[in-house]
Parts: sequence; C-alpha cells; structure tokens
Amino acid sequence: MIEFTINGQATSLDADPNMPILWVVREKLGMTGTKFGCGIAACGACTVHLDGEPVRSCSTPLSAAEGRAITTIEGVSGEDGELSAVQQAWISEQVPQCGYCQSGQIMSATALLRDNPTPSDDDIDAAMSGNICRCGTYKRIRQAIKVAAGLETAQSEDEAQESAA
Amino acid sequence: MSEQDTGTQAAKKERSKVAKWSRRGFIGAGVLAGGALLIGVGVRPGNPVGKLKAKVAGGAGEELVNSWVKIGADNIVTAIIPHCEMGQGAHSVLAQMLADELDADWSKVEVMQAPADGSYIVSDTARMFVAPFTMNAADWIEPTWDGLFTQIGRLADAMITGGSSSIRTTGQYQMRIAGAAARKMLIGAAADEWGVPASEITTRDSTLIHSGSGNSAPYSDFAAAAAEQPMDSSPALKEPKDYRLMGKSKRRTDIPAKVMGKADFGIDANIPGVELADLSYAAVRRPPVPGTEVTSMDAEAAKAMPGVQQILNMGSFIAVVADGYWNAQQALNTITAEYSASESPIKTTADQFAAFRDAIDAAGDDGGEQAASRGDAASAFADAATKLETEYSAPYLAHAPMEPVNCTAWVRDTDDGAKCDIWTSTQVPLMARSAAAGALGMDDEDITVHHPFLGGAFGRRLENDYVTMAVRVAKATGYPIKMIWSREEDTQKALYRPADVSRFKGGLDAGGKLVSYNNIFTQRHDPAEASVPGIYDIANTSVRVAEAPLHLPFSAWRSVDHSQQGFFIESFIDEAAIAAGADPLEYRLNMLGANTARHKGVLEKVAEMSNWSAQRGEGIGLGVAIVESFGTVGAEVIEVDMNSGRPKMLNIWAAMDAGYVMNPDGFRNQIEGGIVFGLTAAMYGEIELEDGAVKQSNFHDYQMLRMDETPAIEVAIINSGTVPVGGAGEPGTPPAAPALANAIFAASGKRLRDMPFAKQFA
Ligand code: FES
Ligand code: FES
Repeated sequence: MIEFTINGQATSLDADPNMPILWVVREKLGMTGTKFGCGIAACGACTVHLDGEPVRSCSTPLSAAEGRAITTIEGVSGEDGELSAVQQAWISEQVPQCGYCQSGQIMSATALLRDNPTPSDDDIDAAMSGNICRCGTYKRIRQAIKVAAGLETAQSEDEAQESAA
Repeated sequence: MSEQDTGTQAAKKERSKVAKWSRRGFIGAGVLAGGALLIGVGVRPGNPVGKLKAKVAGGAGEELVNSWVKIGADNIVTAIIPHCEMGQGAHSVLAQMLADELDADWSKVEVMQAPADGSYIVSDTARMFVAPFTMNAADWIEPTWDGLFTQIGRLADAMITGGSSSIRTTGQYQMRIAGAAARKMLIGAAADEWGVPASEITTRDSTLIHSGSGNSAPYSDFAAAAAEQPMDSSPALKEPKDYRLMGKSKRRTDIPAKVMGKADFGIDANIPGVELADLSYAAVRRPPVPGTEVTSMDAEAAKAMPGVQQILNMGSFIAVVADGYWNAQQALNTITAEYSASESPIKTTADQFAAFRDAIDAAGDDGGEQAASRGDAASAFADAATKLETEYSAPYLAHAPMEPVNCTAWVRDTDDGAKCDIWTSTQVPLMARSAAAGALGMDDEDITVHHPFLGGAFGRRLENDYVTMAVRVAKATGYPIKMIWSREEDTQKALYRPADVSRFKGGLDAGGKLVSYNNIFTQRHDPAEASVPGIYDIANTSVRVAEAPLHLPFSAWRSVDHSQQGFFIESFIDEAAIAAGADPLEYRLNMLGANTARHKGVLEKVAEMSNWSAQRGEGIGLGVAIVESFGTVGAEVIEVDMNSGRPKMLNIWAAMDAGYVMNPDGFRNQIEGGIVFGLTAAMYGEIELEDGAVKQSNFHDYQMLRMDETPAIEVAIINSGTVPVGGAGEPGTPPAAPALANAIFAASGKRLRDMPFAKQFA
C-alpha cells in the first residue's frame, strides 16, 4: 500500500511502487488530464506537482509519492471550480491548439508563478523550455503567463479582432 | 406468428436496409435531388434519418433541421461538424460560419463532432457544391485531395480533415449553405403559421421577427415545422458587409476543456460499460526496417512479467497485452526477435541520398518528367551572362504529434453478429472504419469509429496503419484493448515526409535578371504545383522530376511538397538575387509575374513590418521568403543574430493573404504554429537511416524548437477578398525554413543548402 494525497484527496493504492506516477494517475485513478508524450522526461506533457514542485510524472515512480501530495491539472482550479489565473489567461490568450501539451504547460507555469510572481522573459524561458508544444503555441504561452502575472492585460474577444487589416 | 406479421417484419427489414447510411443507399432512397445533399437529411416523413437521428438528436423534443445543424427545444443551435478538431480550430470556425448564415445567437451555439457516418462524406459534398459557387474551385481541390489520397481512391471514404480545407470547402460550401437554408426554412414555417409574407420576416439571435404583426418566436418553436418546408440547395449567402460572426475572433469552443484537463483525446478513451480496472493495454513493436516481418521471438522473460496477459506475434508486429500500458511496455522491452531480410538496397542516409543523385544524374539534361516548361531554358542558360549552379537537400521527417499514436478497439460477438468499436485520434474516421473492416473481414456497417480530439496530427493521422494493428490485437484477445505506441515506436516506425535533393541551374542576363531557371528533383507528391515557380515571371523555365525510390514510406506532412519545395525554390531565388547584387526582397517584387497583386501585397507588408530596409547591427541579418500554398499567399521575414557563431532567431514577421479570414485570432494561431513547425524542421528536423532502420528515437535526438529558441512572432492578415478563400493550417510552414536560411546568409555570408541547420554550427 502506498499512501499519498492527490488533488487534496487522501489515497492509498496497492500498486507497483516502480510504476511511474503518470500511469498510476491515468490508468489506476482514471484521471486522464495528465498526458503521455515521451516517457523519458523530455517533453513535459506529463508534468504534475509533487508537494508543489513540478515533476515529470512519466519518470517519477509511485514510490516517490509516498506520504506526499500530488497535484494534477484536475486539481488546479479552485474548490468551487473557478479557474485559476493561469487557466483564465490560457483562455483569454486563446493558447491551446490541439491542447495535448497544455496540461503540462499549465502545471509548469503555475509552479513558476507561485515561486516568481513577476517573471522576466528569461525566467519564463528557463521554467518553460522543458515543455514541448508541437503545435507551436510558445508565443501565446509566454503572453498568457504575463497576463496571469498581471504584467499584461488580458485580450478580450474584441481586441483579438483588431489586427485583421 | 401470423403470415401478416412475418410480412411486416420482412418489409421492416427491407426498409432498414434501404435506410442504411451508406452513400449509395442514401442517394438511392431518393432523398437527394442533385445538389440537395446537405439539407436532404432533414427530418421529413420518409427520409431515412432514423439511424442518424439517434446519434445527433437523442434528446426529447429535439428536431433535426439537417445533418449540419440541430435546433433543440431549448433553442440551442448545435453545429454538427464533419471535420476533426486537431488544434486547428475547425470546430469553432465552421460553427461561426453556419451560425452567421443562420442568424443564430452565438451564445447559444454548441458544437458537436459529426459521427463517423457515410452521410458526412466531405469531398463528395464539396465536389457537388463547388461548381455553382466558384468555377475555379476544381483547380485547388483536385490537386490537393487527389494527390494526397490517391492510395485510397478518389471517392472512397472521404471524411477527411487535411489540405487546409475545412473552411475552404466544408465551411464555404456546406456549413454556410446549411445555415442559410435552415434559416429560410424557419422563415417559411413562420410565414405559414403567422399568415404573413416570408419576405417580411427578419431574423436575429435565433429569433424570428415579424414587426408588422408584432409576432416573434424563438427558432425552436418552428424547428419541427421548418423540416416540412421546401429545401433550397442554393440559398442566397451573406455579403461580407452583413457578416456578424464571420471575420470575427470568436473564442474557440474547445479551449476551456483543454485548460482544465477535461478534453478527451483518443488516448483518453474509456469504454462505456467497461470498468477502468478491466481495460487491457497493448504495447507494440514493429520490425525496425520497413517491409520486413517478425520471423521469431523470444518472449520467455516477458511472460513472467507483472500484469502480462498475452504476447502475440502478429507477423508484421509483436504485441504485449497487459493490465496497464507500463507493464505491457516493460514486458515488450525484454522481448528479443528476429526479422526477415529487407529487399531495399537502401541501408543508410547516404544510400538514400545517393539514390536521389543517381536518378538526377541519370536524367541528364533532358530526362525525367517535365513538370513545368516555358521558353528554352537550356539555351538561355548557355547564353547567360552569369551562371548559378546549386544543389539543396532536405531530410526525412517524422510528424511527431504530441499525442503518440494510439487506438482502442473492441471486437466482440453480439446477438446481432460481430461488432467492432474503435476509439482513436484520426483525420479520416471513415477510412479508419474501412481499414478496420478490411483487417477484420467485417462490413463497414458493423464497425463504429469514435473519434475524439486529436493531440496533433500534421498528416500522420491520415494513415490507418495503427488502426488495423489495434483491431487485429483486439480480435486476437476478444476483449477491449488500448494500444499505445511508445514515442520511440512513433518516431521510428511511422510514415515520413520524404527526403529529397533538388538541383538548379540559373542564368542571369547582364542586368541581373533571372532568364533561365532549370530545376530537377525526385519527389513529387502533392500538390502538383508546389515545385513550379509560378509566381515569378521567368522567360525560360524547365522543372523536371527524376523519380527515385524512397526507403521509408511516404506520408503527407504539414504542407506536403511545399515543405521541401518552399526551401529549394526560395533559397535558389535568394541566391539569384545575391548573384545579381540586388536586394532579395526587391528582386522578388521585380520578378513577380501575372496575377500577383496579392504577392506584391504580402511582400510590401512584410517589408514594412520588419522595417526591411533599416540597417541592422553587426552579425544580424534579415531573410525573406514567399510561398503560395493551399490558396494562401504568405511572405515571412526572419531576423537572425549570428554573433555567437550559432543562429539566434530574434524576430519573424509574416504577412498572409488568405482572401478572407473567418476568424482572425484563430488564423494567427495557426500561422504562428505553422511557423514554429517550419523552424523546428529548419533547425533540427532530421530522420536518418542506419542498417535500414530509423536512427532517431525520441525528443532527445529528434529535437523540437522550444520556448527559449522561439523568436517573437508577428502575423499580419491581408483580406484581399479573393475567392475562394485560402487555408490556414499549412501556409505558415513553407516560407519559414528558406527565410531562415536566407537570413543566416545575410547575417554571416554562410549559405545553408542542406536542412537541418543547427548541426552545421558546432
Ligand atoms: S511524457 Fe513525461 S516528459 Fe514527456
Ligand atoms: S497545443 Fe498541441 S502540442 Fe501544444
């Protein structure tokens, strides 16, 4: 039995301690917001927080979670279901394309902003460059982080309009 | 049972046969009169909508107006979208187009993925509807679709998302017509009921209004009656000045779920009625060399691994089925196998490129197939004042969508015979169905394809190799399995953007004008015009194709042939400009041929955006490229800093003319993504061969551009108003690589003629 909390819920599981957290979360707990991209800690799609720190769940065994707290994308919103500032910025800046990488992007960005509420471009590069977006939404991710940080104002639907000549 | 009952049942059976949702049966039922296919699916007595209605209009009080739009009792308009959503925003923008023509209240519009059903065949419907609206549509539909999908056949199973076509075909010729026709039918029904002329009824925000009598009613009140109205297969469509939703940056409907981790992709499939703990998972391994088979395997160790349920030698691949993907993959990793010998003479990257060069050499001065010809390019070259001979190359590329290839399948016997359900991310759900039917020896009708969001595709999910593998495993097990490919499998055993070599001989006259353009290469797939420098006025042109074999299987990759040809052509044009001592952007402007107002427009715009003529600092340079693809003309300028000895991209500006952009913010997102895709290929993209197998395996050696290397991107949209409108998904990609190569030259004097670039700077 391995005991941990996931998104605030105390959980105990009889599972292989070597199994990566990614597969435990997806296949044993049925929470599919966390994604499989590479399996070798090279893409960030599987990023979750372990005691608040972003980790690559594809390469972190379940045993590492013993007695600790896992947060996944499903646990990012407020208890009342209100979206976090990062999630809201992801919507206002219309970040996702396919969306497959975005759970991991949001987990990385959330950790960045908690530790560094007003990140510079270099800080953003450093925190986010472990997360690949094959659809190429980096520009919008950067902008959304700044919006979530209050460094830039959110784009409204009408503003998104403007630059169409 | 009485005679009569039996007779009734027989008749029922007969009817349900007629009602089967195959295209033939559908047309045969007489519902479709000529072009009335789109609206022919309305719920009118006698229409064979039963089966479809259950799928899209299951709720109480819901009525179908047609298969592209549903108006519920709650006055919610549901746009039923026949295209897949893979990040390109098709679901939202097609709904916008439909809702605008319908005058629907956007806040009450919902989007639904059309079921994988024969009635949603996309290309047939486009073909039928295109002619009345634009006479030149065939020019761009044929080369794109037929070239891309020849292996499948022109008219088969064409529920396709590809070719940057969703807005251009389904949007323009189906969704808008469906919306306008539905609106007209609603008005007709209200006019009958209210006893007023239809011409006096106006519509706004899903409401019918007759101001003279003071009558008004929500659409839902007349949904059922509207279905009895005559259908107009060519209703008047709005002019741009009347658009209320088209041309607006409405937020995408799929995004909220995607920021909450709630969007379901193929890999997230769960099977209704099957407990999570009861689902089995398959890890698979194909032989490393294409076209070979598994001849033997040693799976002793794997059998004893935890959770392993079955180990299958399927001939063309090995599958391990276990209680979880991790266990399946761990067990698979212990299996050793022998494979049959490959007949391909190509073992290495060098062999592949030698095959290209041999074919080009063998074609000599006039061999091969002539792809374009004008004037006398050979003698113009002989007479030229300045001669330029260059050769470019591009490697194989994998698509590497973020969601690895996967497919969930369940093959089972039911009281109604054998059935198969498939859950997968696919660009071609009906072809997936046929492929599964073929692999299982079943009828299409007994197979249901569920196709949720795609975690990227870029052409990879036009193929059904993985679908047939999954259904074969599921048939062997008899219980549902979720097959997931490791990233290694996805990188090494896929289908690929072909490598190629392209040679040029250019002749400039004394004034520096390019008067002879001779080009030969080996890979021509689609679109056919990709290799033709048609936007330029060059008096003597010869473009030839010398066919050469490919070791790795071909697949369309974002922008298809434009992805190589854009680099070849626009690098060569740049070299001609340099040889002429001209400014590369002005040189292009001066060389534009007939009908190039849009090309001039994007070049001038991108020059202004990038402040092209302003002097840059030491070691910093600008490069430009212009490519027309999928109906959109795009020019890009990159600013690169070479002071560290390696290219650091600072800025990229793109000016795009798609005629008319339906959702500007969505369009920009696509172009931004297309640019990053193109720059990734330019800097890093390379699939190499060793012993006939792919060398690269995962993101550590098949690298992607990341946040820290991505330049600032600015996209300008020019709505020149051309019809038909151009695409969004692909046109951002082709100019990126040549613009970067040209910028690196401008900054450093180093001309890069072979992709990728990063490894050429130690
Ligand atoms: S799946 Fe874990 S980093 Fe890629
Ligand atoms: S949005 Fe598709 S991979 Fe990032």
